[in-house]
Amino acid sequence: MRKFYTLLAREVRSYFHSPIAYIVLIFFLIVSGIDFYFQVSFMNQRQVQYTIQEAFFNSVFFWFAFVLTFPLLTMRLFAEEFKLGTIEPLTTVPVHDWQVVLSKFFGALIFYVILWIPTVLYFWIFLKITKQPAAHSGGAYWGSYLMLLLLGMFYLSIGCFTSVLTRNQIIAAIISFCAITLLFFLGLVQFILLDVTSTARDLLGYFSAIEHMGTFSRGIIDTRPIVLYVSMTIVMLTLTYQAFQSRKWRL
Amino acid sequence: MIKVENLTKRYAGQPAVQDLNFEVSQGEIMGFLGPNGAGKTTTMRILAGFMPPTSGRATVAGFDVFEQSLQARAHLGYMPENVPLYSDMRVTEYLNYRAALKGVQHRRVAERVGDVKELCGLKEVENKLIGTLSKGYRQRVGLADALLAEPDLLILDEPTIGLDPNQIRQVRELIKNLGMQHTILLSTHILPEVEMTCSRVIIIHKGRIEACDTPDNLLAKIRQAGGVVLEAKVGTDNGAEQLKKIPGVREVVTDGEDDWKRFSLRVESGVDVREEVFRLASARHWVMRELTQRRATLEDVFVELTHPDQV
Repeated sequence: MRKFYTLLAREVRSYFHSPIAYIVLIFFLIVSGIDFYFQVSFMNQRQVQYTIQEAFFNSVFFWFAFVLTFPLLTMRLFAEEFKLGTIEPLTTVPVHDWQVVLSKFFGALIFYVILWIPTVLYFWIFLKITKQPAAHSGGAYWGSYLMLLLLGMFYLSIGCFTSVLTRNQIIAAIISFCAITLLFFLGLVQFILLDVTSTARDLLGYFSAIEHMGTFSRGIIDTRPIVLYVSMTIVMLTLTYQAFQSRKWRL
Repeated sequence: MIKVENLTKRYAGQPAVQDLNFEVSQGEIMGFLGPNGAGKTTTMRILAGFMPPTSGRATVAGFDVFEQSLQARAHLGYMPENVPLYSDMRVTEYLNYRAALKGVQHRRVAERVGDVKELCGLKEVENKLIGTLSKGYRQRVGLADALLAEPDLLILDEPTIGLDPNQIRQVRELIKNLGMQHTILLSTHILPEVEMTCSRVIIIHKGRIEACDTPDNLLAKIRQAGGVVLEAKVGTDNGAEQLKKIPGVREVVTDGEDDWKRFSLRVESGVDVREEVFRLASARHWVMRELTQRRATLEDVFVELTHPDQV
């Protein structure tokens, strides 16, 4: 376990050793801040049926910033080690390959969580200033942040997988960006294809991140997306592990 | 300590090393020589557990490097070629990190890290970012890393490449001292270094072992054990013709345009022809200003084994 923590600590620290961490943090704060500001001013102008918290987690701004962060967070994980050759000292010490893979995944996840912490402040400030709660209930907060964590896990595991496939960070970023965007827009197809049969639309709906976020941000904790994202994360991490081990069986 | 049996590694069907068999016993310093692309790094990577062989097997301290990789890795310190390091970490930070990964006991980490920094002369750069270090210091960080867990076996892939002559001398001394407690397998291009440090030498060429012996035995084995150089004024004589008549002389090469001629004699091994050369010169009234015997070096062995057409 100590070896795993050592690896994990190094992963988290390496984010803060590189400028990428700060660029992503600042970019993310700006976009989510503007998002929050727009939602509040929008609500000031007219009567709406939803709360500020729901609006914040379901806006275009939010999704744009959301999808873009994953390739940036994950592209260097393995690709950089391959490129610099540091994978060689790393895999010739007595650590298991799964420890390396999991430490990289959880390192990225920890940074991702850090990324989201400031947004909690927005709601607190809203509450302090307007003397009105930002959501219907406490469950809505838990639901939104749980969904963020689940989506984050899944998309980060996709990023891990694309990073282990190549030694070029740009290629890793492009592949994971395409994969995540495609997955994401798959959920939008149901809004476009109005004439498709209801089963097809329902089926796509099961995979729609927007749909899931809509449900969870109202405080409804549906177990189906939880199972979906946790199992998909495990699948992607298993693939990552296999690809990482491929140096052992590739001819 | 190391046992390699019929080790073969292919990349995309192309053999990198073929049917290697050798053993390194406890306390030996084994030199690993060969031209670029001969398969040295491949062999070392397999031994260090970085990748498995295509066929055959290798054991380190009795553990199979593939089947029992973790136990085998726990017994060795490996310094890869070109020493890849995290440039965003500081020297002490990096060594602490590596010590934890290698399972050095928590309370001993500070002591071990201090020891290897001392040993490798890293005290003055301990708080510097690795990315700002010179090649020589990076090399030393790599060596310090390999020594951290006090491994029984050190595998060093070209530990002196890119160092200046003073640093090479320091590293050579260090390796010599380490050889008292550790078994060492090191690869290098610098042949005098091997002659000075290694107890045995493997010469590998095109993925196969060409020779495996002590440096002295290798020198004795090669066809030309050095030669003799004579510089003399021979007047109207045909010096080369006369010198060739001396028993034991196989070939004479003549240089020099003016009166002073320089003859390089290739001699059969184990024969000293200098006395005969002197007698000939005094009989023919040649004026001599140099007569030296050139000892064969490992370089000759190397060239003869890996480049037979150039001998």
